[in-house]
Amino acid sequence: MTTMTNKHKTEWEAVAARIAGVLVILVGLLLATNLCNANPSDNPVPNIFKPESTPADWVFHLSAFVLAITGVIFVVVSSLLVYAVAKFRRRRGDDGREPPQVYGSNQIEISWTVIPILIVLVLFLATARVLHQVQDAPKPPTAVEVTAIGHQFWWEYRYPALGVVTANELHVPVSDPAHPTPTFFKLLSADTDHSFWVPQLAGKTDLIPNRVNEMWIDPHNVGIYVGQCAQYCGTQHAKMLLWVSVDSPGDFDAWIRAQKQPANQDEKELAGKLIFETTACMNCHAIAGTVATGRFGPDLTHLMSRGTIAAGAAQNTPEKLRLWIQNPEAIKPGSLMPAMQLNDADLDALVRYLETLR
Amino acid sequence: MSLDVMAIRSAEATGRPWVEVLHEWVTTVDHKRLGIMYILYALVFLVIGGVEAAIIRIQLMRPNNDFVSPQVFNRMFTMHGTTMIFFVAIPVLFGFANYLIPLMIGARDMAFPRLNAFSFWLTVLGGFVLYFSFLGGSGLYGAGNAPDIGWWAYAPLTAKAFSPGHSSDYWTIAVLVAGFGSIGTAINLIATILCMRCPGMTLGRMPLLAWLNFVMSGMILIAITPLSAAQIMLLVDRYLGSHFFDTQAGGSATLWMHFFWIFGHPEVYILILPCFAFMSEIIPVFSRKPIFGYPVMVGATVCIGFVSMSVWAHHLFSMGMSAYANSFFTITTLAVGVPTGIKIFNWLGTLWGGKIQFKVPMLFAIGFLFQFLIAGLTGVMLGSAAFASQLSLSYFVVAHFHYVIVGGILFALFAAFYYWYPKITGRMLDETLGKLHFWLFVLGFHMTFDLMHVPGLLGMPRRIYTYEPRPGWGIMNFLITIGAFIQGIAVLLFVWNLIISYFKGAKAGNDPWDAWTLEWSVSSPPPAYNFATIPTVASRRPLWDRKHPEDPDSRYE
Amino acid sequence: MSAITTSLSATSGTWTLPYRGKVAMTCLIIAEASIFAIFVVAYLYYAGKNLSGPTPREVLETPIFYTICLLSSSLTIHFAGKLLERGKRGAFLSLWLLTIILGGLFMYGTAQEWHRLIYEHGLTISTNLFGTTYYSLVGLHAFHVTVGLLMLCIVIIFGLAGRVGVEQSQRVDVLSLYWHFVDAVWVVVFTVVYIVGR
Repeated sequence: MTTMTNKHKTEWEAVAARIAGVLVILVGLLLATNLCNANPSDNPVPNIFKPESTPADWVFHLSAFVLAITGVIFVVVSSLLVYAVAKFRRRRGDDGREPPQVYGSNQIEISWTVIPILIVLVLFLATARVLHQVQDAPKPPTAVEVTAIGHQFWWEYRYPALGVVTANELHVPVSDPAHPTPTFFKLLSADTDHSFWVPQLAGKTDLIPNRVNEMWIDPHNVGIYVGQCAQYCGTQHAKMLLWVSVDSPGDFDAWIRAQKQPANQDEKELAGKLIFETTACMNCHAIAGTVATGRFGPDLTHLMSRGTIAAGAAQNTPEKLRLWIQNPEAIKPGSLMPAMQLNDADLDALVRYLETLR
Repeated sequence: MSLDVMAIRSAEATGRPWVEVLHEWVTTVDHKRLGIMYILYALVFLVIGGVEAAIIRIQLMRPNNDFVSPQVFNRMFTMHGTTMIFFVAIPVLFGFANYLIPLMIGARDMAFPRLNAFSFWLTVLGGFVLYFSFLGGSGLYGAGNAPDIGWWAYAPLTAKAFSPGHSSDYWTIAVLVAGFGSIGTAINLIATILCMRCPGMTLGRMPLLAWLNFVMSGMILIAITPLSAAQIMLLVDRYLGSHFFDTQAGGSATLWMHFFWIFGHPEVYILILPCFAFMSEIIPVFSRKPIFGYPVMVGATVCIGFVSMSVWAHHLFSMGMSAYANSFFTITTLAVGVPTGIKIFNWLGTLWGGKIQFKVPMLFAIGFLFQFLIAGLTGVMLGSAAFASQLSLSYFVVAHFHYVIVGGILFALFAAFYYWYPKITGRMLDETLGKLHFWLFVLGFHMTFDLMHVPGLLGMPRRIYTYEPRPGWGIMNFLITIGAFIQGIAVLLFVWNLIISYFKGAKAGNDPWDAWTLEWSVSSPPPAYNFATIPTVASRRPLWDRKHPEDPDSRYE
Repeated sequence: MSAITTSLSATSGTWTLPYRGKVAMTCLIIAEASIFAIFVVAYLYYAGKNLSGPTPREVLETPIFYTICLLSSSLTIHFAGKLLERGKRGAFLSLWLLTIILGGLFMYGTAQEWHRLIYEHGLTISTNLFGTTYYSLVGLHAFHVTVGLLMLCIVIIFGLAGRVGVEQSQRVDVLSLYWHFVDAVWVVVFTVVYIVGR
């Protein structure tokens, strides 16, 4: 008697298990509705389901289609599974005889081969279409061209036609569908593999040394969009953040004009400038209009126009800047910025100088 | 009780020195002992790999955490991946294959017993070399020891310029050596299956476990070798100054990526095929019906073996290949889902109309079916190259492949443990502990890996030691970590069950599950020679024929 | 060990399975072919992509003679095997020795070529992409020839000690299968390096 009760209990346990499993997944999906609740402005969420640019839009629509099909497959097959497990369990009072020993059925096999093949064809065609749309899109003459070069562990941006070199914070113009001004990228790398991923603007594309990759975006709305490096590139892969400011045409032009200027010459901070030019700083960094033309590290000509330093690892405040120069390991351990071994007075002067580079 | 167990116990009773017993095991060429050693080796590394995972999860529990430094974290995920694939999954599957295949095909040992032992010890050596790196290597920036290049070791991060010191070399040599061990075992399995079957056991009457390991071994021959070749190239690059992956000299980083994934993708099919085998043995027995569609299962397996060799670049969808190349790999990746889906349907067909017994192996099997379905569907999402451009390199992928490896492979392995432990040791594993293990693990698994898909969809990339406090990332990661610890407790319960049942478990007898394949016809554990007389078989289920002489399978096949 | 043959009581006919040595060697050959394929792919991928240094056209001389040596060693080993099956030990040993000599000549030719390339043209494995892929591919093949020669020498030693007879012909056959593989790989390497890659 006891054994039969135990068996009965076990059988229902297993059925309940499957239902519980489904519930956990549903709960997870509900939690995932914070996908829909994210507030973009204060702390932007790089949510792939909130596209703000045409390539991301196309991928989003494809993803909805794929999710719908896989969702239906999941519901059908898992229902059959739950049903089978519930209906064909050994009951209490079973006579112990073996059930009919069925070896197979050719018709059933054919049907559940043909249907999946058709599904595969449909998904393939839908995908191939989007792939060609995105990857073979022609570049209009109004496109802004940006060359992005990945470094360990920062981003270099050049606008070759506009004569601008900057780092880590990217500005692009918003693109009006009536008069599109997309941004077309060439992606290069100076050292290891990186990947450019700002989910709301486009799918990711890698930056691979000795290879030129291309991608494009045409953001629909002004705003800030974030992402980060997605290909493991070394110790500080985690803090190679992407920050993209989509500007109105007027703001974008103003930014370009400001970036094209050589560095601000502030007579008061000559001491700091001298320190910059006579220590190792200028080996790695460039400041336009001075003798510093190093390319290993970020261009500092308009350092103060950026909200963060070290590719998003810290806010761009005098205290953080000072800490970064004195002891980069405290902010981004394993980055390639060396601790500059300056005494306090020199360090203060240097920071004051850098603060003038607006 | 088998003769050699009795011998050992009586020898121990008369005070035979433990060194002698140890020597016997170390020098054995018996497939059963080698199988047990493979499994025990894998279990040790499972715990070690689990500790590495725990460290990863604690660090990621909240944004900007500082439980470990980035250098240590990068070593942890490299070692976790490398350990789990090469020193847990492969050895444990080889262990089961080694133990079971000769018994299932009516043979007395593998075709090449000494090669068997040699291959095992090569794998062991690989594991030791990898972990010796904690003492001997020095990683990026000379700051440490174990390799920190990721388990896929992309070039040019592995070049001398970016990975000075020897930690990368420990990874390369350990995996290279273990790879040769795998090739040896694969050759042995193929020779055994083709040349040692008992009379009457045509290829069409072999248990599916033999078929699946046969296809797996064929895949090993052509999939592991590209990795070995690439690793030789890497060593030559690092030490002889060659330029295979030296991008400064015109070499190609993408060439490594292709070579690695030509290995890497078939590798995961190599891991899953034996798990399909476990399901194809266990589900029929606990449904009390034969497997539905045996010939189709064989055909689907062979199909998977071939098609899976053509899908590798779906790991490279973000690399910048042309739309045509991306489309090609999309269709092959989706196509390999068809035979895989057919297998799921056939298992469903086996359950259908049966009399399902919810013993612990069956609980894990049902968990497998449900979870493998979901894993396959997220795989379909990742297979669509355009959708993958958003999903790849994020926690969505990490969730997907852990769903396959933990929700699929590990569940199937647990089922196999509960099912065959009685045969190997002569004792039953405790059912109550087993059920507790199952429930706890299901809870922890779903908590971790269901939720893990979400940060990926919210833009969280992989391989990062910390992250900004973006909405949704922190809470998800926290819950994921809790789930990981629940799984850890469940695994410890399992290990405890393995140990306690060895001494106190109920005696199993020859055939505790009323099953139908040849290994259940001998004692538990089997004698050293397996079969006193080599059996002759006339159908796929020889023991069904013996138990039901009025209605043998041989009449219908 | 010959193929396993058992008579079945329940069914008619005998139960014959393949010889496991042959199966195992075939599997090994498949695995090795896969390794070589990767090196060939690397060679073809990098063909013509040198940034500097000597090019194949400038420095390579087609080793026709040594290729003929190696390929005819396949013939000699084949006939040696056939002779052993018929029990003609003496003739077997002679042809086997000839195989070793031909293989040895091939190795000498490779050594000579490498010497010329390194000292006259300054081409090493680290010079450029051509050097990298050439030395790796040809070197990997030469390594396999060396291992093969060692195994052939072991057989000669046993043979001279009178221990190789008809009973060992299956095992000898397995080894000559390996040797044929090594030759077949050379046909591919030769085509890729000296014909296609130039």
